[in-house]
Formats: sequence, structure tokens, C-alpha cells
Amino acid sequence: MTKRKNKFSQGGTVWLILLGLIGLGLLVALLLRGKDVALFMPKGLIAREQHSLMIFSVALMLAVAIPTLILFYSFAWRYRESNKRAAYDPHARHGKFFVFGLWLIPSVIVLILASVMWPATHKLEPHKPIVGDAETLTIQVVAMRWKWLFIYPKQSIATVNFIQVPTGTQVQFELTADEAPMSSFWIPHLGGQLYAMTGHTNRLNLMADTEGDYTGSSAEINGAGFAGMKFTARATSTEDFNRWVQGVQRSSNMLDSDAYKRLLTPSKNNPVVYYSAAQTELYDTVLMKYIGSGGGESHNNHTEQE
Amino acid sequence: MKELLIGNLGLKALPHEWFTIGAAVTFIAMGLFVVLAITHLKRWKWLWSEWLTSVDPKKIGIMYFIVAGFMLLRGGLDAIMIWLQQALSSGSSHGYLSADHFQQIFTAHGNIMVFFVAMGFVFGLINYIVPLQIGARDLASPFLNTLGFWLYVAGVLMVNMFFLLGSEYAATGWLGVAPLSGREFSPGVGVDYMIWSLQISGIGTTLGAINFIMTILRMRAPGMSLRKMPLFTWGSLCSMIMAVTVFPLLTATLFLLFFDRYLGTHFFTTTAGGDPMMYTNLIWMWGHPEVYILMLPSFGVFSEVVSTFSRKRIASYTSNVVGMIGVSALALSVWLHHFFTMGAGANVNAFFGLMTMIIAIPTTVLVFTWIATMYKGRIRFSTPMLWFLGFVGLFSVGGMTGVLLAVPPADFQLHNSLFLVAHFHTMVIGGVLFGIFAGISYWFPKIAGFKLNERIGRYAFWCWLIGFLMAFTPLYVLGIMGATRRLDHYDSSTGWQPFFIMALVGGIIIMIGVALQFVQIIASVIQKRRLVDTTGDPWNGRSLEWSVASPAPFYNFAVVPQVSSRDAYWEMKQQGIPKPSYEDIHMPNNTASGIYISAFAFLAGFGFVWDIVWLIIVSILGIIVCVITRTFNEETEYTLTADEVEKIERDRIIVTPAAHRGNDSDTSEDMGLTEFVKVVTKWALDVVKNKRWRTW
Amino acid sequence: MVTATETGHQEAANDRVMFGFWVYLMTDLLMFAVLFAVYAVLHGNTMGGPSGRDLFSLPLALTETIILLTSSFTCGIGMIAARRGRINQVLVWYGITFALGLVFLGLELREFAELIHEGHTLSRNAFLSSFFTLVGTHGLHIISGLLWMAITLVFVVSRGLNPHMVRKLGLLSLYWHFLDIVWIFIFTIVYLRVFV
Repeated sequence: MTKRKNKFSQGGTVWLILLGLIGLGLLVALLLRGKDVALFMPKGLIAREQHSLMIFSVALMLAVAIPTLILFYSFAWRYRESNKRAAYDPHARHGKFFVFGLWLIPSVIVLILASVMWPATHKLEPHKPIVGDAETLTIQVVAMRWKWLFIYPKQSIATVNFIQVPTGTQVQFELTADEAPMSSFWIPHLGGQLYAMTGHTNRLNLMADTEGDYTGSSAEINGAGFAGMKFTARATSTEDFNRWVQGVQRSSNMLDSDAYKRLLTPSKNNPVVYYSAAQTELYDTVLMKYIGSGGGESHNNHTEQE
Repeated sequence: MKELLIGNLGLKALPHEWFTIGAAVTFIAMGLFVVLAITHLKRWKWLWSEWLTSVDPKKIGIMYFIVAGFMLLRGGLDAIMIWLQQALSSGSSHGYLSADHFQQIFTAHGNIMVFFVAMGFVFGLINYIVPLQIGARDLASPFLNTLGFWLYVAGVLMVNMFFLLGSEYAATGWLGVAPLSGREFSPGVGVDYMIWSLQISGIGTTLGAINFIMTILRMRAPGMSLRKMPLFTWGSLCSMIMAVTVFPLLTATLFLLFFDRYLGTHFFTTTAGGDPMMYTNLIWMWGHPEVYILMLPSFGVFSEVVSTFSRKRIASYTSNVVGMIGVSALALSVWLHHFFTMGAGANVNAFFGLMTMIIAIPTTVLVFTWIATMYKGRIRFSTPMLWFLGFVGLFSVGGMTGVLLAVPPADFQLHNSLFLVAHFHTMVIGGVLFGIFAGISYWFPKIAGFKLNERIGRYAFWCWLIGFLMAFTPLYVLGIMGATRRLDHYDSSTGWQPFFIMALVGGIIIMIGVALQFVQIIASVIQKRRLVDTTGDPWNGRSLEWSVASPAPFYNFAVVPQVSSRDAYWEMKQQGIPKPSYEDIHMPNNTASGIYISAFAFLAGFGFVWDIVWLIIVSILGIIVCVITRTFNEETEYTLTADEVEKIERDRIIVTPAAHRGNDSDTSEDMGLTEFVKVVTKWALDVVKNKRWRTW
Repeated sequence: MVTATETGHQEAANDRVMFGFWVYLMTDLLMFAVLFAVYAVLHGNTMGGPSGRDLFSLPLALTETIILLTSSFTCGIGMIAARRGRINQVLVWYGITFALGLVFLGLELREFAELIHEGHTLSRNAFLSSFFTLVGTHGLHIISGLLWMAITLVFVVSRGLNPHMVRKLGLLSLYWHFLDIVWIFIFTIVYLRVFV
């Protein structure tokens, strides 16, 4: 019979675990160098607020979790069988204060977090307009298989898989879909996502504060072309934006009903297209197709007391 | 005419993709091998009467483990394919899978892991252990037990059936969200296979849950009030009460989705008045409690493990129980947190966010009770305890990320990202699966009669832990980088590829861990004699299951125990176990009804999938006839006389002096990997050289 | 000979089965709850077509309700007879229950047939989908209840009223009353509501 000892002593194992965790962290940090970490590098007002909220929540939870885990693993170490110096009291009784504390500590943390979460949820409710000086830019969004159609009703232009917005200006996206399953409209650098569904309008308010190109996508699976349903959101100065709009208005493409019908045909990885002269009622026509279904009326169109 | 006979089946339904052809060939080959082996060994009668028609919850439990273990490999293969695709398909490369195929894979992966792996293992554990813990001989309804198991098997068959006929599975994600899962956007049979596989096994789960509740509430040993019940039984009770509450919701919702597809109704369609958002609500009303259904038994396992391996009773039993009940009750009130981004408005979102956070309170209390149990205990780091130690760290991370996701504005950035995927895998692997592994290694001696090889068990644990961290830490990071889940391809400019590669490496390490677990079982069988459990109580346990021999006799208890306190067996060991006086025992007969009914259920589902009307009608009639035959059968039990019981007890028990409570942390004689490889190679060479198969 | 422990064993088993059947009925109720919720959400989605007010007949619904309530009453009397061991009364009263159930079913099937004949099928719009599914599921339960009843009565004739059969009749009665209660909800939420 071969008697073998374990390769690592118990203490050695603990050191190895700690080293391993540190190594894991270092590896991740190394791989992150120079990368675009969208949620930590916000480029819009809403994204910044969401970022602070996330940091706060995590910090609050770590304040309890870290001491708890340290306590836990040090108990596991201290009261191990081979440690003869540790007390062993199988009949240990825990008093009323213990039970009270058991329930109190997590309740306090949840209370604090909830009292931050509730107002933040109202403040960052997507359809809540952003108060600003400039006039709100409205972009109507129609999710299709598998591309995004953007209509600028006031400017009478439309685009596929590309939008340009001026920085410092609040943009209100009106989201719906046509002949497509539920899709989710998401530009991580600028703010959170919101679903685009047939027969409903969801309103999402965002504001970019830094110039740049940001990726947008569908964050909800909607069929085989799902991964290619990406678009670019370009934030520029107001003058550049106006110039761009004028450029698109000179485009030879027109978004007439034939062009729209062609767009409805399922296709993947669509290139950017510009349309001049998009009908202003196009969006409402799309919504009307689905009247009587689902909730029927526009969704997320409440006048809530905020 | 052809349609009347075989519905929508046709040549098109035969396997025609590389993966369906491959899988079909593999399954048929495996099936043939098994059939030939059993025939050659002349074991059909034994298999049928000893196992397949058995109503013994111990045997049914073992069968659940075997099927769930097999499905773990099946679902794990899906996982490897996902990891590989995502590690490869950056920029100009599109990996090796088409987008549609990739989507089918993660859909199947989710269905299989939740319904057939996790639920299978949980039902296996509850079946074997709960009757033993409460001093019962069987479940309340042995018939429902075998029926539930075979319906589960029918579901397993159905979810794999598309390989043979149909050649496509659902590509909608594991919950089949509408309208993507409707006829308009998913016209093929894939979604129908998913619906019927989940439907049939879901009904099995409901019946099983009713059975477990009946058993726990009505068949406890005299003196065992609810407040004296072991914590694993408590966790199972809470889990099963949740199950009977929410599985009917799943049954109804799946029927409605199927009606949309089969009868053209308009529940979840985009036109004619349908409301897809309603599907999201209904399916998550089931879906969220479901994950707690899986988790509660694992909580129970950990409470038992930490107590036994700290050699100390659980600190604050009451808080622990109230915690488990609290989690179960609250679990029914949080479902909307799965779709904050659907746009319900701030008040609704904030309410559900609040309820979700509140669940963190009883959950944290549970962790605190475990910490307090270890305080001034004397801790042995046997394998079950290792799984527990790994669990606490991972579960804390998973819980925190969960509470973060419960903040709606944060969720707007994290919903459907890989951060979410990392969160729920942390909970399901670090929580549910680690609990199952802890339970299996803890109770294995009771089930098999010998302990598991500790050495290889440790290796497996470390592979799982390290592999998990390597595989899912990058997913948390990717989520924060803005990466969406379920993507079959992404731009190279995102810089995501190194993280996917890291995840693939982690996945491979996990697979090695799984392989080691199978090796562990084989090695334990090889060293069976040395690892044998002669006392029935290898860990110096506290609850009743340790008071019977290992493996437990088929009637569990020769004499129904009288219980006077919590940790009933611990009490008995202090007071001295009384001399037994034997009585007649009623035992249930075996029955094949479960198999027949489930076979008809499978055929009915298959008929629905392919629109074969005569098959549907015949199968439903078959179910009705079998149910009538069984339920009007009054001769379902036999009696074991007191003398027979005494004889069995006398012959079985080899009582070893209590002094031999071996130091079970001494695993120095357990074979390691090198020795295992040597032994197996020697055996294989011997078989080949001496043509030993001729004597099998 | 049946010993004391034997009857104790049988009683415990009966108690368990009854309890389990109650749990099953609750799951069935939850399934109906989903159908009710779906009906509540979708009943207004008629796509401009006729609504419940135009299609339902209150007298018909009222008749069906009275028939089902009466059948519950006769079922109850049958159960009392069963516990007293009066096999002939059992057959009579359950026979009446069965007949009433059959009439109920017939009326409901005729209502469905008329609607379908006029083109108001369940694939027309969400309102009709949810109406047919809710009421139709109840109807399917009635059919299975009638089937169960017929078979049980056949066995009562052939085996007599032993404890097993009494237990079966008890479960059957529970099921039948349960279906009656569900019908009350259907009557109120589906039919009565549109006329009030």
C-alpha cells in the first residue's frame, strides 16, 4: 500500500489560492490595456449617471461582502481540524443579539441601496426628457430584420444603420419595430438600452457629451441576422451635424413605399444608406399596421408625475 | 393521403446537416451498443424488473443521476461548441458554425442544463435522501414517482429527437420568447420540439413535486415535527412548494404558444390582437422561481455539509428555515427584473428592483448561519466541504452582481450582456451545481456502500473552480465592455477576442474537471473494498439517513424510528440506539405503467410536432387506458413479514466497533491519477491480450 | 383478516391521497388562473370585430350554470350515499350527475359550433383565441370528468362499494365540485361581465 501525503500542505494551498486570484486579476488587467470599456468610459450624460450608480452599488455591497468573506475563510482556516489551538465548542449557543444582527446587517444594506435605487430609477427613466438648452432632436427608429431604419422627421431624412447627433443636444429616440421580433436598441457609450417592439413606441432620451463614433446594436436576439444588426452613432459638433444633414438631404435615394418594402425584406449586415425626403408620417404608418394588437396604444407614453 | 399518415414528415426531415448526421449516427451507434451488450449479458429481465419498473425511490434516484449525468455531457458539448465559436469568430473569421446553428446550440444548452441536468440531479437527490431523512420507507405515491421519472426521460428523448428527424432545434434562446418563437419567425419544427420536450418533462416535475410535498408533510417519522426536520428536507420542501405553484404556469404558457403555432391562435402574435409582452411576463413568472427551485435543495445540502464537517449543529436553525422560506416566498414576486428594459415605467421597475434586493436579505442570513456554524467548530476538509468553501465565494460574487442587476438603470446597461450570462452561470454553477456535487460526494457512501476517492475528487473540484474563474471572469469583463450575449460574430475592433479565448481555456479546464469526476467514480469502484462503508455512518453524521446500513436496504428502515429532537440520529447516538422489534412492512409493487404512459406521452408530443393526427389520438387514448388500468388496480402492495425483515437485517449488518471511526481526512491510500492510468492500462491490455471479452 | 394496523395503514394512505389530490387541484387552478389572466388582457382585442356582448347569450350561460350547479348538488348526494354504502343510490345520483354533465357539454359544444359556423373561429383574433381556450379547457376537463365518472360507475357495479371505490368517488366528487367553481368564475368573468 502506497501512503502518499498530499502534494501541498494546507497553508501552501491557501497561498496558492491567493496567488492564483492575484494572477487572474493581473491577467485581466493586462488584457484590458488599451481596450474600450464602454460602461466605464461613458460618453453621454445618461451613461455617466448609470456608471456612478453602478460604482456606488458595488462599493456598498463590497463593504459588507468583503468583511464577510474574510471572516468566513478565516474561520475555515482557524477552526480546521489540524489546528489544535482553536477552541472547539460543539454546544455553542447563540444569543438573541446574534439572530437580530443576522437579519439587521443585510436589511440595512438593502435599505440604503433601495433608497438610492428608487429615486435613481425615476430620474433615469428612459422616456424622461433631458432638460437642456438646445431643441430636442427627435429620431424615429424602426427595427427590422436585421437592420435599423432611422427617420429624422423634422429634417425629412432617413438612414440605415447610421446616425449622427450633435453633442450637448438632447436626443429623443422613438422606438418601434416592423415585421421583426422584439429587438433592443443600445448604444452603450451613451446610455442604457430599450426594447423596440411592433405596435409599441418606447421613448429613450440620450445626450452625447463627447465627440466620437460609438457602436450601437440590438441587444435582444431576433433571428439569424441578429449579430450583424449593428449601427454607428456619430456625435459631432452642431455645425458638423447640420452640414451632415444637408448632405443627406441632397442624396438621390428617396424612402418611398417601394424602398421601404425592400427594406422590410430580411437581410443581414446591411451597409449604411442615406435617404432624402422621408415621409414624416412613415413612422405613424408603421405603428398603425399593428393597431389593435398588444396594448394597442403607444407604450411608455405615460404622463407620469416625476 | 401521405399527410394523413405521416403528417409533415418527409425526406426533408431526415438528418441533412453535418451535426445532425453526426449526432444521429452517434446516438444510434450508442443505442445499438447498449442493446447488444445487455442482450449478450442476458440482463433484460434483470434490467426491467430490478430497475426500469422499480418504484423504489432509491433506484429511481440513481436512474435520475445517470440520465442527468449523461445530459451533463450533452449540454457540456454544447458549451464547448459555443466557447469555440466565440473564440474564433472575430473580424473576418466567422468561426465554424452558421449563425442559425449557433443559436440552436445555446438554446439547446440552456434547455438541457436547466431541465434535464439540474432538475434531474435535484430530483435524484431528493428521491434518495429525503425519505431516509424523515424516517419514511418510500414516497407517498410510488406510482407518481416512476411516472415522473419516465416523463422526464420522455422529455430527454424529445429534446434530442430533432437529430434523427427534423434536423433543426429552436433558435430562440432557452425560454423561447415571443414573437420570435411564433410561427411567423420560427416556422420550422425546432420550437415545437422545444415546447413538447419542456411540456412533458414539466408535467413530470409537477407530479413529482406533488409527491414530495405529500411525503414530507404526511410521512415523517413519529416525533419529527416540522421544526425537527433536517435542513435538506426543508430546502426540498420549499423548493417543491414553489414548483407546484409555478410549473402549472409553464404548462399553460407552453400550451398557449403551441396553440399559436398549431391552431393559429393569437395569444402572442404581433397581429390580430396578440400580445408578445404577455409571453415574457408569463414565462418569467415561471422562470424566476424555477432558478430558486433549483437553488433551495442546494442550500439544504450546504447546511447539512457545513454542520457535519464542522462537527457542530447548525447555528440558528430557525433563522436558516425562515431564510429558506423567505427566499421561496419572495421568489414569486420578482419576475419583472428579467425585462426592466421592456419599458414598464419607473414605478413598476423600481418595485420589482426593490423586491429583488429584498431577497438578498434572507440569502445573506443563510450565509451568516453557515459562518456561525463554523465558528468554534472542528472542520474537516473532505470533498463535500471543499465544494461548500468554493460555493460561498462564488455565490457571494453572483449575489452581488445580481443585486447590481436589480438596479433598473444599471440593468439598462447590463441586460442581455455577457455580464448577465456570467452572473447566472455563477449562480447556477457556483450555487446549484456545486451544491449537487457536494450532496453527491456527501451521500455517495450511503448510496453505493463505499466512499468516493477523495484524492481525485479534490482534483476535480480544483479543475471546476479554476476553470470556472477562467471561463466566467472574462465574461463579466466583456459585459462591462458592452458585449451582448448570444453573438455568433463580432468586429475585431472591439478587442473582445482575447477574453473569449481565455473563456475557452477555462471551459476546457472545466471539461477536464468533469472527466475527473467520472474517473473518480471508476477509481472508487476499483478500490471499493478499501473504501467500503461498514457502519452506515462514515462522516459521523447527525440525521436519520446515517442510521441505516450502506447502501440503504430496499425498505429503508426495518423499524420506523421514534424521533425526539433535531439532529435525530446524533441524539440516538448519545442516548443509545434501542433494540429493534420488527413488524410487518407494506412495500409497493413494481409497475410498468410509468413507462407505458410516458411512451404514449412522447408519441403524442411527437404527433403534435409533426401534425400526425391519428398518432395524437391513439397516444392520448393510450394514456387514458393506462391511467385507468393503474388507478383502478387495487393490488399495488405486498407485505414483508416481520420474520423476513429480521432475517434481512441480521444478514446485512456487519457492525464494526464504534472505535473505528477512521480519520477520513487521511486519503493517503486513495489512488491518484497516475496509479489510475496504470491500473486501467493494465486492465485494458489484459483484456485485449487474453481476449477476455469472450467470458463476459 | 384486517388488523388494526392494517386499517390504520389504509386510513393513512387515504388521507395522503386526498391531500395530494387537493395539491393537484391547486395546480390545475393555477393553470386556469393563467387562462383567466390571458383572457383579462386580451378580451378587448377584437380587431374591430364583434365582442362578447355581441356574441354571447346570457340565457344560455345561465342555463349552463344552473345545470352544472345542480349536477354538483346531485354529486354531493351521491357521495353521501357512497359513505353510507347505498350502492343503488350511488348509481342513481351519479347517473343524474353524469346526465346533467352531458347536457352541459352538449350546450357548450353547440355554442362553439354556432360561433365557428358564423366565422368566429379561435384564429380570428386574440379575443376569440382566449375565449375558446379558457372555456374550451374547462370543457375538456368536463369531458375527462365524465369519462372518469362513467368508468368509476362501471367499476362500482362490478366490484361493489369497497373502501377503494369510496375513495375514488371522493376524489371524483372533489374534481367535479372544483370544475363547478371554475365555471362560476368563467360565468362571471366571461359572460356576466359583458351584460352588466
